[in-house]
Amino acid sequence: MAILKRDLALAYRQRAELMQPMLFFILVISLFPLAVGPEPKTLQLIGPGVIWVAAILSSLLGLERLFRDDFQDGSLEQLMLSSTSLPAAALVKVLVHWLTSILPLIILSPLLALFLHLSEPMYWALLKTLLLGTPLLSLIGAIAVGLTVGLNRGGVLLALLLLPVFIPLLIFATSAVESASMQLQYTAQLAIIGAMFLFSLALAPFAIAYALRVSQT
Amino acid sequence: MWKWLHPYAKTERTYHLCQKLLPWFSLLGLAVILVATVWGLAFAPMDYQQSEAYRIIYVHVPSAVLSKSLYSAMAIAAFVGLVWQVKTSFMAMMALAPVGATVTFVSLITGAAWGKPMWGTWWEWDARLTSQLILLFLFLGVISLYKAFEDKQQAGKAAGVMAIVGVINLPIIHYSVQWWNTLHQGASIMKFDKPSMPPEMLWPLLLSILGWALVSGAIFLLRMQNEILQRELKRPWVVALANKSAASSEGK
Repeated sequence: MAILKRDLALAYRQRAELMQPMLFFILVISLFPLAVGPEPKTLQLIGPGVIWVAAILSSLLGLERLFRDDFQDGSLEQLMLSSTSLPAAALVKVLVHWLTSILPLIILSPLLALFLHLSEPMYWALLKTLLLGTPLLSLIGAIAVGLTVGLNRGGVLLALLLLPVFIPLLIFATSAVESASMQLQYTAQLAIIGAMFLFSLALAPFAIAYALRVSQT
Repeated sequence: MWKWLHPYAKTERTYHLCQKLLPWFSLLGLAVILVATVWGLAFAPMDYQQSEAYRIIYVHVPSAVLSKSLYSAMAIAAFVGLVWQVKTSFMAMMALAPVGATVTFVSLITGAAWGKPMWGTWWEWDARLTSQLILLFLFLGVISLYKAFEDKQQAGKAAGVMAIVGVINLPIIHYSVQWWNTLHQGASIMKFDKPSMPPEMLWPLLLSILGWALVSGAIFLLRMQNEILQRELKRPWVVALANKSAASSEGK
């Protein structure tokens, strides 16, 4: 709990840095109408995919700072030596990351759905997939961040490691929105995303803790 | 089994084991590949639909089969290394990774060459092609993570975690892309009860898979020896080995 409070306060004091992924998110999405033309039909077709790809890319930007500061000023080492269990602490940090750098993107998403002319059922499906799927980005992303935190230039490497792993999520999420656009059921896709989320929620904290221990030595 | 396996945590023992196994794998592998390729390319009957072009199957399928098995082997090595802290296991993992990446690349290239006359396109966003491409990225990710660390002990552990994350993801990726889009023909060897291939075509194919597996094993053994020597450069037995080979080359 104390960690949650501390990290949220820290994040609040670095508002400017937190804004960057959000701006990136909006900018990437507004590039697409400029690149493929402003036809509402085309935009509606590519919209869900564009929003998801942009969300994945901007979550990568935010992920990098997940353990970086704590690693550099040594508070991560303190955390490892203290009596709190490391997996639980890692889970809290992941939660903070999700709250501070992904939740704002989800809050922004109605605006972007307007930009891309998504219909109403499509937007609701998109929102559900985002709510259920983005925690997965933070959880699995944190494993790779834990592994690369000790490296000087981990940024590009992080993308190389994580993007292939995120592909199934992208496929299921966009296909859910596509089903919604045709007025079809999409509970199956949501259920699969939910299953992946629960599975990683159970295992990822331990993997993150292990990754951090590897980096610390 | 554990008692039997344990001595190989020592690098010197493993090095000599590799040395002993290497000629078997390399000679046998080359012989089998030679037989299988000649048989497959020259003597196997022609396909009634795809005529001669199908013969690339004798390169394409072995490489595709091996790409997945090498990834599994790499992940198993990573798991052994992480759980029992066996140093040689990480070396095995890193010796396997580039072999696997190469084989995956070969299967993609031959697949493209086969796709052009059959489907009329070099590349199609089909399920198997896509999952193969992602597999290549997973291999490259593990390799580049390993290379990014200075301390190889740490690098092995980090790359090992990533390899295991990848292996958990692999089936999910496989089924998700399959569900997403499919053009590739279904499996035609794995149905052993009634293969959809005549035996005259199947036997050279199975042989060439075996040959590829043996040659990959040989390359793995070579790389493993190399890795051990590089990591253990300052150990007395490596120095002794180097002195011995230097002395024998001087004697000639």
